Amino acid sequence: MEDEKVTEKENVTIAGHDEYKEHHEPLVRMVKRDTVSRERAIAVRAAAIVSALVVGGILILFMGHNPIFVYGDMVNGSLGSALVLRETARMAIPLLITGMGIALAFKMRFWNIGAEGQIIAGATAASYFALFHHQNMPSPVLLMVMFAAAVVAGGIWGMIPAVFKAKWNTNETLFTLMLNYIALEGIRYLQYGPWRDPGMMGFPVISMFNISARLPRVFGVHVGWIIALVLVALVYIYMKKSKQGYEITVVGESIQTARYAGINVKLVFLRTMFISGAIAGITGFVTVAGANFTISEGVTGGVGFTAITVAWLAKLNPAAMIAISVFLAILQKGSGTIQTIYNIPESAAQLLIGLILFFMLGCEFFLNFKLVFKNSKKEVTE
Amino acid sequence: MEIGTDSVIKLHNISKSFGTVQANKDVSFELNKGEILALLGENGSGKTTLMNMLSGIYYPDSGAIYAGGTEVIIRSPKDSFDLGIGMIHQHFKLVDVLTAAENIILGLKGSAFINRKRLAKEIREISEKYGFSLDPNKKIYDMSVSEKQKVEIVKVLYRGADVLILDEPTAVLTPQEADILFDMLRKMKEDGKAIIIITHKLNEVLSLSDRVCILRKGELVGELQTKDATIQSLTEGMVGRAVNLEIMRDSGALGDERINVSDLTCLNEDGLKALDAVSFGLRAGEILGVAGIAGSGQKELCESLTGLYPIESGSIKFIEDGHTSELTGFSPTEIAKKGVHLAFVPEDRLGMGLVAGLDMVENIMLKSYHNDRGFLIDRKKPKETAEKLIKSLEIVTPGVSTPVRRLSGGNVQKVLLGREIDSKPSVLIVAYPVRGLDINSSYTIYNLLNDERKEGVAVLFVGEDLDVLLELCDRIMVLCSGRISGIVDAKTATKEELGLLMTEQ
Amino acid sequence: MVGGFDFTNFFFMAVIAATPLLFATLGEILTEKSGSLNLGVEGMMFMGAAAGIAASYFYETAAGSGASGIVSALLAVLIGFLAGAFGGFIYSLLTVTLRANQNVTGLALTIFGIGAGNLIGELLGIRAGGFTTVSDSTKSVFSGISIPFLSDIPVIGRLFFSYNFMVYLAVATAVLLIVLLNKTRVGLNLRGVGENPATADAVGINVTKYKYIAASVGGGICGLGGVYISMATVGGNAGTWIDNCIAGRGWIAVALVIFAAWRPSRAIIGALLFGGLSALWLYFDPWLQTFLPNASIPQQIYNVLPFIATILVLIFTSIRQSKELSQPKACGTNYFREER
Repeated sequence: MEDEKVTEKENVTIAGHDEYKEHHEPLVRMVKRDTVSRERAIAVRAAAIVSALVVGGILILFMGHNPIFVYGDMVNGSLGSALVLRETARMAIPLLITGMGIALAFKMRFWNIGAEGQIIAGATAASYFALFHHQNMPSPVLLMVMFAAAVVAGGIWGMIPAVFKAKWNTNETLFTLMLNYIALEGIRYLQYGPWRDPGMMGFPVISMFNISARLPRVFGVHVGWIIALVLVALVYIYMKKSKQGYEITVVGESIQTARYAGINVKLVFLRTMFISGAIAGITGFVTVAGANFTISEGVTGGVGFTAITVAWLAKLNPAAMIAISVFLAILQKGSGTIQTIYNIPESAAQLLIGLILFFMLGCEFFLNFKLVFKNSKKEVTE
Repeated sequence: MEIGTDSVIKLHNISKSFGTVQANKDVSFELNKGEILALLGENGSGKTTLMNMLSGIYYPDSGAIYAGGTEVIIRSPKDSFDLGIGMIHQHFKLVDVLTAAENIILGLKGSAFINRKRLAKEIREISEKYGFSLDPNKKIYDMSVSEKQKVEIVKVLYRGADVLILDEPTAVLTPQEADILFDMLRKMKEDGKAIIIITHKLNEVLSLSDRVCILRKGELVGELQTKDATIQSLTEGMVGRAVNLEIMRDSGALGDERINVSDLTCLNEDGLKALDAVSFGLRAGEILGVAGIAGSGQKELCESLTGLYPIESGSIKFIEDGHTSELTGFSPTEIAKKGVHLAFVPEDRLGMGLVAGLDMVENIMLKSYHNDRGFLIDRKKPKETAEKLIKSLEIVTPGVSTPVRRLSGGNVQKVLLGREIDSKPSVLIVAYPVRGLDINSSYTIYNLLNDERKEGVAVLFVGEDLDVLLELCDRIMVLCSGRISGIVDAKTATKEELGLLMTEQ
Repeated sequence: MVGGFDFTNFFFMAVIAATPLLFATLGEILTEKSGSLNLGVEGMMFMGAAAGIAASYFYETAAGSGASGIVSALLAVLIGFLAGAFGGFIYSLLTVTLRANQNVTGLALTIFGIGAGNLIGELLGIRAGGFTTVSDSTKSVFSGISIPFLSDIPVIGRLFFSYNFMVYLAVATAVLLIVLLNKTRVGLNLRGVGENPATADAVGINVTKYKYIAASVGGGICGLGGVYISMATVGGNAGTWIDNCIAGRGWIAVALVIFAAWRPSRAIIGALLFGGLSALWLYFDPWLQTFLPNASIPQQIYNVLPFIATILVLIFTSIRQSKELSQPKACGTNYFREER
């Protein structure tokens, strides 16, 4: 009623301009939120994941399957028995470790998407000792040497782009990525050339590690899971409580400010990327010594990319990464199951991860902004 | 059309808020053809926000805008252009890598392909009409500040604007350049244009405008004919009470020379001299002002003194208690290790002096954390300092753990200056410390600097408001294209003298 | 033949290898000119590649024996373009409207695109019982053209008038982009948006619209690069889905944008150079063997050359920064008008 009156009045005074006004007044405007409650944040993010799963479900429907059954079998296939549970844990370990390495770099706003290459570098260095020096030392020493070699190799591979970033501000996103391909061709070269096992007839494969180069198991899963959890604690303390972690934060927020504060920015770049690469190198070590007992061109299994998702979805928080990496491991393990049952290709898992990322990225908007609609404005005008 | 035919723009009860901040409240006024209206108010009084609603950048929460007697909705800058309104923002909105001509036609409708020849001719015609010249094919990044301003003005005129809004147009100009601008504006007024200038400088209001509207805390508190206004009445309107705008110059006895700079030369990114053989002394208990048009080497001077900018040649010496240390070529950390206490409040507060996303405690420890023993960081001490500063400087913040980017400009500056002064420096370098601050905060800053001077600290004050420099400083050093064009006694110098030095080649 | 090095055929193969790179580079240039750094090129190429092959496959299945090769090829191109454009549209939706981080959104798009591309390709394979392949008549449309007279000129004909139609489409796209960016109002406005969106906004340019259109059309052009790989790649694989067929070429394109200094004309040269590197293995070993009979360079060394070249490009361009030849300034940051 009130509204009508107003419109009438306007019609009288400024005839002909009503349509113009109706047409031009913005329907909805965005206003920045000051703060968001923890509950709301969790609720919005949970809603995002659910929405992604719903969209994924619709796609499954298009493929001619019942999404509820498919999702159910994914969970069942990844958590349903002790056997698959161990398998899922084994898949979560490299994601978790690598995610932490990436988080350190991302905290510094150093877009390290080269974890694949750093994993390969670490795995290759560890494999070198496992393949050619296992007879020279007892198992614990050998494993320590392999670990150290992986750390150093991964660290150096991670540090190369940082050297150029520090000196000339060279774009690190593409640099780290190119190093992935170079590392991949490197391991291919070894696999098809010098390291090829002549005993395997025509197959280009590298021979299995000696038993002394294999990681022991605890609760049926190789000790990589203990290494991962120890790393979670260490990385948490490093990021939040240490002087070096503080420096990473400042450099990430503003290089200008870091220089102003007397922080040696170049050193921080090199040091952090060494650590970031070294942690990815540990993933390589754990994978070859704990899971595969050999090395091949497929050693990473795409972990270096998926771990970017882990780091980002966990908001770079090491503790949250435990949950995220398990969640993604369920998706990946589950996608293997549904391939056997429903003949849905395994790449469906990657598509689903992509969808979840889209929704998580999009939902941040609703945490940072609120929408103000035209109607709420009208009341003010009265 | 009951409104007088001379009225081109009328604002009626305009309100706008951002979150909990009320930027404008029930503002109403009119602008007539052929007049220059001054919109006066101190920083943060809502002048720019109000004008941004005329130019379509913001949309009012409530109220109405009339153009030529009919109510209009200005939802976007395009709507604003269509109504013949053109705004020249304080921070020029130009695309650096494009030419003047390209910037001028940016966003305009017309033939699909650009006719550059005709465009150049049209631009020349407009500039000649108002008595200045402009090269249409010059790239913006090659231009001086006043040239860029001319591009902005032509841009607006080319679009056929009858209403020009200029936001703090003289902030970056020398007094002489400002006079030229004012002549141009007067010519436009005679040509029938209506002009609003946003300013907080009283003498500009008095010398240029016909009428003045005063804003305070987002509300219109006064509207009067310029001929009836005085400095006193305008100040009272602007601040809300009678204030003495004179800054106390608390000069005591000058101490010995503390910093000696000789033949300092620095190069910029393009290998040109940003500082060219600069030599001066800075004494204990002195405020040495630095004046000059923007980009004359102020930034490089501050940063080379603090070890942040590479030095090509020359030397910087620090002298205390008869002991001389060489600062040339050392990093900030190395300088600090020599026991030299330099404090620096940079121009870019949130981009350099502070970390915008971190809280006050984490910002306080920015320069002291590396003194912590061991591997881990100590938060207790900086937290105490933060709490102390909140009390002593009356910093308004929800708490020590609020990111500093959430604080208002004045409070951000208090955090920064507070941290620097708390480090008990013997040399304090401040760059544009009151930029964007309201009068109260500005005076808090002036008082703090005066206190430091009394303590015997050597203060280097880089400023832009010549009146403030003249009132606050002991001496003023003028930079022009990286060279010192003169060092004058602030008690006897005049603004015109400084203006000439600023442009002297 | 230049001293045992078969230059004519090498150049031909270089052009063939350069074309998908050129498409992707042009698409990304258009996107970045609007101030959006879309790292999802690889993903959009996957989407284009799979959608293109799917379009052909479904058309041929539906039309049966009456299927026309030309219609099938055009459908592949159109649907591949739309798939890439859809990727660009998702990117815009997230970064422009929902203001998500550009870097991460690009990576997410890559992950999504690789997943979607491989999934579609594999599903088609399952459907076709084994592997998908399109009919010979479609394949022939994607093979080299033959222009009477011109194609028959010795050497010149082979060097310039014997490629498949997508090669010429790529060059035409480059020329169109050159004209658009340098001569037209739309191009000028687009550059304004990419350099300084606040300014563009203040002069009444619809920043959102420009960014959406640039990223979507740019994504579509990247998608064409994908179509080229799945449909026209010379060798036995044309018209057949191969898992992970894009194999990093999207990322090389992102680097080529830097190499090209955001100029379509330079993109042609850059793509040709990189195409040459990847075609080198076919011709270098034989040439080497003419005077070192037993010499052979491992395949992996050749494979790694484009990636090393990319790194060298990155380093070189970062050392000599220039005002003119640099990334549009707004790239990487989102624009929000009411920010204060």
